[in-house]
Amino acid sequence: MWRDALLVAGKDLRIEGRSRVGLSQVAPFGIVALVLFAFALGPDRQVMAKGAPGLFWVAVLFCTVLAIQRSVSVESSDGARDGLRLSGIDPAGLYLGKATAVAAQLVVLELLLGVGIVVLYGARIAVPWMIVVSCVLATIGLAATGTLYGALSSGLRVRETLLPFLLLPIAAPVLLAGTRVFQAAMTGGSPATGMQWLRLLVLFDAVYVAVGVLLFGPIQETA
Amino acid sequence: MTSDLTAAPVAAPSDVTAPTHVAHPPVAPAPNNGVNLSTTASTPPAVTSPPVTPPPVQSSRSKAVERTVGILALVGTAFTVWLGLWVTPPDKVQGDLVRLVYIHPGVAWVALYLAFGLAAVASLLYLWPRTRSLFWDRLAAAAVEVGVVFNVCTLVSGSIWGKPTWGVWWAWDARLTLTAVLLVLFLGYLALRRIPAEPEVRARRSAFVALFAALDVPIVHFSVNWWNTLHQGATVLNPGLTLKIHGSMAWTLLLGFVALTLAFVWMLLVRYRIGVLEDWLAANELDLALTERQSEGGGPLVDATADRVGAA
Repeated sequence: MWRDALLVAGKDLRIEGRSRVGLSQVAPFGIVALVLFAFALGPDRQVMAKGAPGLFWVAVLFCTVLAIQRSVSVESSDGARDGLRLSGIDPAGLYLGKATAVAAQLVVLELLLGVGIVVLYGARIAVPWMIVVSCVLATIGLAATGTLYGALSSGLRVRETLLPFLLLPIAAPVLLAGTRVFQAAMTGGSPATGMQWLRLLVLFDAVYVAVGVLLFGPIQETA
Repeated sequence: MTSDLTAAPVAAPSDVTAPTHVAHPPVAPAPNNGVNLSTTASTPPAVTSPPVTPPPVQSSRSKAVERTVGILALVGTAFTVWLGLWVTPPDKVQGDLVRLVYIHPGVAWVALYLAFGLAAVASLLYLWPRTRSLFWDRLAAAAVEVGVVFNVCTLVSGSIWGKPTWGVWWAWDARLTLTAVLLVLFLGYLALRRIPAEPEVRARRSAFVALFAALDVPIVHFSVNWWNTLHQGATVLNPGLTLKIHGSMAWTLLLGFVALTLAFVWMLLVRYRIGVLEDWLAANELDLALTERQSEGGGPLVDATADRVGAA
């Protein structure tokens, strides 16, 4: 399973490395979102710094949808999906591989957006480790749920419109938790609140990774 | 210009080739008067119509159950309205506003617990290989669709209550937020179901989405609870199931719960039956249309050749 996962993740990241779709389209979209949020909330730096945690995670969520669309569309042409299924790769490995590739791209994106909110919104980070841990946990959750829904909607002609509708409400706890941890880490608030939300993220990750590993095989058959 | 000239000679031979059809007995003696046309219409169509399976018929027993539940729901609702609006006293603090208590929690109970719970359980039973049957799929779909109606009623009646008591139509309270998230999840499920697919594929896909959503609900519940809580605690469904109100108000509240639950069951039964008919229609739509088309005036093939021969 792990070997298969590494193979699939390597394949997806190689495709990304050669096509640069994530780097040239998804990441700039994230920056555009940050700039648009700034236009929407006005030039008041205090308001921006206060809203920075939420805006960061909303931008990440939107970019996740795009990254998942890309991850699905990579398999949709030339019968690549059937090829993967025929190759004898363990479905759980395939799931973990696809999710890992998405997660890796999201981490790079979050790094970029993190710099974005510090520079553009004047956000100040008081507890860096909390930011890092929440990013890692939230990324796992987003990649895990996103890959699941990506596989479910992969065969549909209305995929582009349906996927965000299905995925974003499910990811609502990630947005809430991520925002709260960021708020705690930025204002230097009580670490207890941050820890509580981090535990929620761990629970979310555990549930959806487990579901993906167990059910990805049958889910593929629906496409 | 030239194309017109070349087209004409080609058109003529194509008409001439028509007499190959004259070999068919019903077409050959067609001198084009009314009597003969009516006889061709009465002859059986040249193409045999595809067999159409008859629509599933509701058994008399299920019809009786459906009707009984419907009548009970109607009577229960009427009594709840009567008791709630005329018999029960106004509240000391909330005045007449308190009468919403006979509707709002009952509707919420159906939308948040009954409908969603049923949809989750039915979807799980569909996914479980031993209990896999389209019955569970249709039941889940019916529960979600009716649940959406009740969910919207919950939000609307809650808003009407919230404006005078809290001063706002909407508050970002934990319960309200959870209800709204549930509504969006429900709507996503229905959107997915609308995508045409084989019944089995659609059932499987929808069941997975329902399962993922059901897994999300407790997590959303925790998160919004930590996020914000303003709503009052549950009156009936609190731990220990002890009633916090008394007398006629309590009885009306309970009757409201029962009536709304019955209304839900009735809608569920009807929606399930429609689901069965929809699936039948989807499977037989083309055959039905073909049969109808052929029964229009003795079959299209025969008529077309008759016209052509008459024109020639």
